[in-house]
Amino acid sequence: MSKVSLIIQREYLVRVKKKSFIIMSIVGPILIAALLIVPTWLATQQDDPQNIEVIDETGLFIRQFKNTEDLKFNYEFRSLKDAQDDLRNDGPYTAILHIPEVVVTLPKTVQIFYEEKPSSSSLEYMESQIAKVIENKKLEDQFDLSLDQISGLRPNVEIVPNKLTADGQTEETGGVLASGVGFVLAFFIYMFIFLYGVQVMRGVIEEKTNRIVEVIISSVKPFQLMIGKIVGVALVAFTQIAIMIVLSGTLIFAAQQIFKDDLTKAKVEQVKQIENLNPKQAAKEVQAEKSNTETFTQRLSDRLGRINFPLVLGCFLFYFMGGYLFYGSLFAAIGSAVDNETDTQQFMFPVTVPLIAAIAIAQAAIENPDGPLAFWASIIPFTSPIIMMVRVPVGVAAWELLLSMALLALSFLGSTWMAGKIYRTGILMYGKKVNFKEIGKWIVRKS
Amino acid sequence: MEYILKAEEVTKEYAKHKALDKVSIDVPKGSIFGLLGPNGAGKTSLIRIINQITAPDEGKIYLGGEALAPKHVEMIGYLPEERGLYKKMEVGEQAMYLAQLKGMDKKVAKERLKEWFRKFDLSTWWNKKVEELSKGMAQKVQFIVTVLHEPKLLILDEPFSGFDPINTNLVKAEIMRLKEEGTTIILSTHNMGSVEEICEHIALINNSKKILGGSVKQIQEDFKEGVYEVNFKGNLIGFTNALWTGCELLNSTEEGEYKKAKVRLTGHGSPNELLKAIVPHVEVHGLQEVIPSMNEIFIRQVEANSAPKTSENE
Repeated sequence: MSKVSLIIQREYLVRVKKKSFIIMSIVGPILIAALLIVPTWLATQQDDPQNIEVIDETGLFIRQFKNTEDLKFNYEFRSLKDAQDDLRNDGPYTAILHIPEVVVTLPKTVQIFYEEKPSSSSLEYMESQIAKVIENKKLEDQFDLSLDQISGLRPNVEIVPNKLTADGQTEETGGVLASGVGFVLAFFIYMFIFLYGVQVMRGVIEEKTNRIVEVIISSVKPFQLMIGKIVGVALVAFTQIAIMIVLSGTLIFAAQQIFKDDLTKAKVEQVKQIENLNPKQAAKEVQAEKSNTETFTQRLSDRLGRINFPLVLGCFLFYFMGGYLFYGSLFAAIGSAVDNETDTQQFMFPVTVPLIAAIAIAQAAIENPDGPLAFWASIIPFTSPIIMMVRVPVGVAAWELLLSMALLALSFLGSTWMAGKIYRTGILMYGKKVNFKEIGKWIVRKS
Repeated sequence: MEYILKAEEVTKEYAKHKALDKVSIDVPKGSIFGLLGPNGAGKTSLIRIINQITAPDEGKIYLGGEALAPKHVEMIGYLPEERGLYKKMEVGEQAMYLAQLKGMDKKVAKERLKEWFRKFDLSTWWNKKVEELSKGMAQKVQFIVTVLHEPKLLILDEPFSGFDPINTNLVKAEIMRLKEEGTTIILSTHNMGSVEEICEHIALINNSKKILGGSVKQIQEDFKEGVYEVNFKGNLIGFTNALWTGCELLNSTEEGEYKKAKVRLTGHGSPNELLKAIVPHVEVHGLQEVIPSMNEIFIRQVEANSAPKTSENE
C-alpha cells in the first residue's frame, strides 16, 4: 500500500472510530428528522379545530367555505344574538362568522366572534373567500356571466424565465426555486469547508504538540502527510454526510408511513361529514382537492425539471472538492505554524472572513444571480465555491463557469503548494510565535 | 575503512544564521558514531538532512556509496529528540502504522513487533491507548518502531533521555547487539559517559562547524598531556623535592597516610624516570597515565571555540 493511502487510512479510521463521530452521525439525523417531523406531527395533533358557525344573512355564502383540518364551517339560520348566547353558554361552536346583508356593498361589515382567536391564516382565508364570492356576485349581476364563465376569466399566470444564449437558442431556467436549490447546496459547501477545514487544522496541531511529526516525516514527505490528512478528513466528511442522508431519509420516510394512515383517515372522515350534508358536493370536493394538488405538484416538478440536474450535481462535486481543498490546505498551513489552538486566532481571521462574506453574498445572489456582485464573487476563488453554486441551477454562461472552475483549480493547486511550503517549515518549529512576515519568508525560501 | 555515510562540506543556512558550515563527517560501517556538540550547534540540522527532512544548501551526502535519494529513507531508522506518539491510538495499531510507513509488510511487521514487545515487557499493552503508557514505556515503543525495519543506519538523538537506569541498560544492550549484527549507529547525545562507553568514533560540532573528529581512542591519545597520577605513602615534601625540573606537580590530595599527586612530565621525561626519582623517597603504590575524559575534551574544545558567542538555533 502506498504511504499516502496509509496516511489517509489512519486519518480516516481514527476519526470515524471516535465516539463524537458516532454520536454526531446518529444524533444529527434524528435532529434533522425531528425538525421536519415534529411540526407536521404537532399539526396533526391539533385536537381542537375551530368550529365556526356561519350566520349568513345574504344566503350567498352557503358552503362557500372549505372545511380543513382545523377549520370547520357550519351554516345556521338564526339570529346573531341567539348564536352569541349559544357561544357564551358553551355551545357546540367556537366562533361565529357574521356576514350581514349589506356585505356586497359594505364589505367591511363582516365580523367574527370567538372564544379563541382563529389563526391569521384562517382569517385571511375567510376574507379572500368572502371577497371572491362578492366579486362573483357583482360580475354575475352586472355582466350577466355564469360562474363557469367567471372562473374561465381567471387564468393562472406564470412567467417562464428563458435565457437567450449567444447562439440564439433559448433555454428555460429554474427561477427562484432553482436559486433555492443552489443556496441549499452552497450552504452545504460552506458548512463542510468550515467544519472539516478546522478538523484538518486540529489534526496538524495535534501531530505537532504530540511531537510525532518528526517521526512521520522521516518516513514520508511532509507534503504527503499533509495531503493524506486533507483527503482522509474529506472522506470522513463524505461518510458522515452519507450516514446523515440515509438515516434522516429513512427516519422521515418511516414517519411519513406512520402518519400517512392518520392523515388519510382524517381525510376520509372529513369527506364523510360532507357526504352527510350533500353527497354530490362531497364528490366535487374530493375532485377539486385532487386537481388542486395535482397542479401544484406538476408545477413543482415542471420547475425542478427546468434545472439541469446533471450539471448542478457535477458542479456541486467540483466546487465541493475545490473549495475544501483550497481552504483545507490553508487550514493545514495555519495548524503547522502554531503551537496550540489558542494561537490560531490571528491566522484564522483572514481565512474565515471570505467564507462568511460568501454566505452573505449568497443571499444577495439568490435575488439577483446575474448581478455584478454575484458575478465577481462567483469568479474569485475565495468565494466562488459558494456563490457559483447559487448561480449554476439558475443558469450561467459556459465561459463564466469555465473561468470560475479554472481559477479555482489553479488556486487550490497554488494554495496547496503554498501550504506545503509553510507546513514543511512550520511543523518543525516549536516554541516560537510566528507572524505573517515570518510565514511569508517560509513561502519564498527555496527548498 | 568502509564508510556507510559520508557527508561532504554540508552547509545549511536559515533566515538569520548558518546552521551548518561546511561540515564533513565519515561514519565507518558497523560502528557506533557519536555526534556531539552543545545545544544549538547544528546536530539536529545535520540529522534532519541525513533523514531527508530538509535538504542541504550546499554539499553532498552519500549513503552506502550512493548519493542520498528518497529510497534511502527505508534504510534509516531515526529516533528524533522531539519524539511522541498519537495519544488516542492503540499502542499496537500505532506501532503497525509507523512500521508500514517505513515500507514494512504488514505480516512481518506484526511478527517482529510481537517479539520486540515481549522482549521489552510490553505485550499486555498492545491494545491499550498510548496515553495510558508511562513515559518510559512510550520511549520503549518509540525505540522499537525505530529499529523494527532493521535499518542499516540507525540515528538516535538522545536515546537515553527519559529512561531509568534499568531501561537505559536494556536499551544500551540492544544498541550493542544491533551493532554486533552489523548496524551502524549514529548517536547524538550530551551524555559523555555513554559516548566513552559505547562510541568508537565521534564528530564534535560547535557553532555550526565541525571542530573535532576521529576515533575516540585517537582523540584521547591526542589530548593527553603527559600527566600521571601517583599513589604513594610517605612525606609529600619529600615527594616534591624528588621531582626534577622536567616535572611539574599539578595537585595533590591526602587520605590518611595515602597521598595522591598529579604530575605532568614535560620535555622527554618518561614514567620510568619519574619512578626512579621518587622511589627512594616514598613508598609507591601506583602509577597511571591520566587519560582525558570525553567530557573534559568536549568542554575544553567548545570553550576554546566559542569565544564570540552567537545566538543559538533550534
